[in-house]
Amino acid sequence: MGAPRPLPRLDADNRPFWTGGAEGQLRITRCQDCKTFIHPPRPVCRKCLSENVVPEAVAGTGVVDTFTVNYQKWHPALDVPFVIARVAIDGAPGVFLTTNIVGCPVDQVDVGDRVRVKFEQQGDVWLPLFEKVG
Amino acid sequence: MANEAYITGVGQSQVGVKLTRAPLLLTLDAVREALSEAGLSIGQIDGVSTYPGRTAALLGFSPVGADELIDALGIRATWYAGGGEITSQLGAVVAAAAAVRAGLARHVICFRTVYEAAALARPEEYPTQRRDRVDSFSQWFAPFNALSAATWTAQYAMRHVKRYGLKREQLAQIALTDRANAALNPRALVREPLTMEEYLSVRMISTPLCLYDCDRFTDASTVLIVSAGAAVDEVSCTPIRIAAMAGTVERHSWDQAEWMACYPTGADLWKRTDYKPADVDTAQLYDGFSFQAIAWLESLGFCGLGEGGQFIEGGKRIARDGELPLNTFGGQIGAGRLHGFGFAHESVVQLRGKGGARQIPGDPRVAVCTSGGGPLATALLLARD
Repeated sequence: MGAPRPLPRLDADNRPFWTGGAEGQLRITRCQDCKTFIHPPRPVCRKCLSENVVPEAVAGTGVVDTFTVNYQKWHPALDVPFVIARVAIDGAPGVFLTTNIVGCPVDQVDVGDRVRVKFEQQGDVWLPLFEKVG
Repeated sequence: MANEAYITGVGQSQVGVKLTRAPLLLTLDAVREALSEAGLSIGQIDGVSTYPGRTAALLGFSPVGADELIDALGIRATWYAGGGEITSQLGAVVAAAAAVRAGLARHVICFRTVYEAAALARPEEYPTQRRDRVDSFSQWFAPFNALSAATWTAQYAMRHVKRYGLKREQLAQIALTDRANAALNPRALVREPLTMEEYLSVRMISTPLCLYDCDRFTDASTVLIVSAGAAVDEVSCTPIRIAAMAGTVERHSWDQAEWMACYPTGADLWKRTDYKPADVDTAQLYDGFSFQAIAWLESLGFCGLGEGGQFIEGGKRIARDGELPLNTFGGQIGAGRLHGFGFAHESVVQLRGKGGARQIPGDPRVAVCTSGGGPLATALLLARD
């Protein structure tokens, strides 16, 4: 679909997140001591400062917290309109992902919609997009 | 008095798009105007503070650094600072105020120079560094084509639409007020007033924000001189006291924080002063996107959370002759994307009664000005004693 997306530069901190889709997993880093989820991923827990943190697979579902329908062509090759949303991730309290809601008309997205991850591979990166459930 | 910090001279260059005058010289224009107003010479300046420093990878965003200005104008600085890792644009003024109160400098030039329109028009002179991949902050937004702060701010605005019933006709009052005020500001970028009909019929950028909810690239420089209380008798203009300052960063992120940083910042401001929101004669609130001004009105306690739309409904309350005149110079939507510093500049202008055709009535003594949206926020309370 449309122009290639800007892709993240993979590094030690972000690689599990951006490549989890290869195994169909949405991975969020979690403190193994106090169980807090840490996103963006970093090698320390922002709640208890433990360094015992590892990426964990979560269910891959969530709820649309808020969204916008983007109409502006920020560059000429961009296909518009499309939906940008902030999704609250099930099972990872306090973690939100900015993403796109795909697979439905832009006027069919609303706050509170239940969504499920749908990975889009581009090169060495698996982008966690979301689509509506049911 | 001796331990206070004051804004003394203020200045501004011409404001336009695709200007050809070099950004260092625009900065010089604003410096000259500020020095002239304050009755200071460049030799009395011993500090420089700017946001966000020279951004080499994106030169139009900030083409002039503090160290460049120091060297170019022959300033002997005993203190200076310039960087983006601070609580937004007016954080540069907070830093300067802290410096003069600590005795590190007496008169500090604070400046913000923007050259985004010129750089876009002449990329060969003001290049943007090409990147094959995105990292740090951008990686969480750019891969989803959330390529502009418009799309990030729009999501906060949409939450107000869905949770609190914010209506387009209410949101429109920021742009309508800005444009009505800009029509009376000779330096404003956009001098034509805007009608509700025009607002409602223009194209969407990112729902619920339309074209007129967004500022646009501007070329300009704005200067504020921050002076120490111990040195304020050297100044010939009416000094404006910085009565309180606040700035907050908790999560430097546009999506992990529940609320924009303006909310805790507004609450903190009132903990540091005996003034109350009811004492404020004019509010100059960041509006790079219109919704940010609504969030600031709520944050500063002029109305409750979620009540901002109702508060500005009809526009009378925030008009120049209303109970809380807002963005009397035109805000960034009308006056141009001066990037935060325009709000402090106008606060000083109004408190000195120098607003000309746009001067608010009465005898304004207290103004609040802010900068920042999303994860960064700064608020200054200014008073004429």
